[in-house]
Amino acid sequence: MPREIRRRYILAKIECEGEFDEAGFSDAVWTNILKLFGEYGASQTELGIIEFDLETKQAILRCSHKALDLVKASLASITKIKNERASVHLQLVSGTLKALRRKAQRAAK
Amino acid sequence: MKFYVDLHLCPRLEDHAQTRMLIKKSAELGYKALGISFPLTIDQKEIEMVKGFCEDVGVDLVTRIDLKTRTSAEMLKNLRSLRRRFEVVAVQCHSKTIARQAAKDRRVDLLSFPFAGMGGCFFDNAAAELASKALSFLEIDMAPLLYLSGLQRSHFLTALRKEVSTARRFKVPIVLSSGVSDVSLLRKAEDYASLAYLFNLDLHEARQAFSDNPRVIIERNRRKLSRDYVAPGIYIVKRGKDCRVR
Repeated sequence: MPREIRRRYILAKIECEGEFDEAGFSDAVWTNILKLFGEYGASQTELGIIEFDLETKQAILRCSHKALDLVKASLASITKIKNERASVHLQLVSGTLKALRRKAQRAAK
Repeated sequence: MKFYVDLHLCPRLEDHAQTRMLIKKSAELGYKALGISFPLTIDQKEIEMVKGFCEDVGVDLVTRIDLKTRTSAEMLKNLRSLRRRFEVVAVQCHSKTIARQAAKDRRVDLLSFPFAGMGGCFFDNAAAELASKALSFLEIDMAPLLYLSGLQRSHFLTALRKEVSTARRFKVPIVLSSGVSDVSLLRKAEDYASLAYLFNLDLHEARQAFSDNPRVIIERNRRKLSRDYVAPGIYIVKRGKDCRVR
């Protein structure tokens, strides 16, 4: 039986010239989604930050599979986090968290 | 892994550290060849130096010139003198006349339409038809999508959507480039391809515009600039005394 809500998990790498934290990153993501697609678009993303690792500067985000393109475009358009110049590079996209972690491990090797 | 090319980097060449950093970062982001825009008066020594920076990080340098002329006559004069000095020739079309002239000239590889606020979109049907016959490519710089905001970005996206739709209608291939002079605006080709969704270019087309399309231009021009090239379709395949036809 097909699942009602299909989701996508995104692994992103964050580069920032200054210091940043999860709240700063989350704020930058939402600001960019709102700027590009407005409140209606943002509501369709069902976006959430699942994991955030400051050491590796990586984050795992979850979104609706229908809004994947929209979220990817928003992440790529981030230029600032907490007023410091920054960029977010998409590493991997997967349908389940387990598969994403497996792919990430394989890529790290 | 795909062979990604960024055909438009604009470093401040007098700042060697910045140029080197831009090249290094591009290599880290997975680009295999980089088109660097040189000024008209550049000397060979400086080109060799930039080539050295590229070789250090294992990327291929593609020399490029951007023609920003006011009149068609000036553009033609520049094309005559510069075509054989650079591997890629791009024309920045600031007017309809320049756009038409550049579109029908086979020596021009890339047609670029800098964003000038609201108003004219110079890549119209006529220019697209001429470009498709002359095998020119439409170039779209991605940097303005990152540094513009608000209403300006919205107008820029409108212009891009029009250009992409016209290019599709007349089968003019598209090349996506970064067009950056600042390291912080550099992104992976895949990230730029995600951004292309904003102007109706799907992921497959966007990837092609970052890999296959620029590669076609580079290979075509390098063949033409080689000393074995005689005329379209005619190449020297062997030199020396043992070349007699039996």
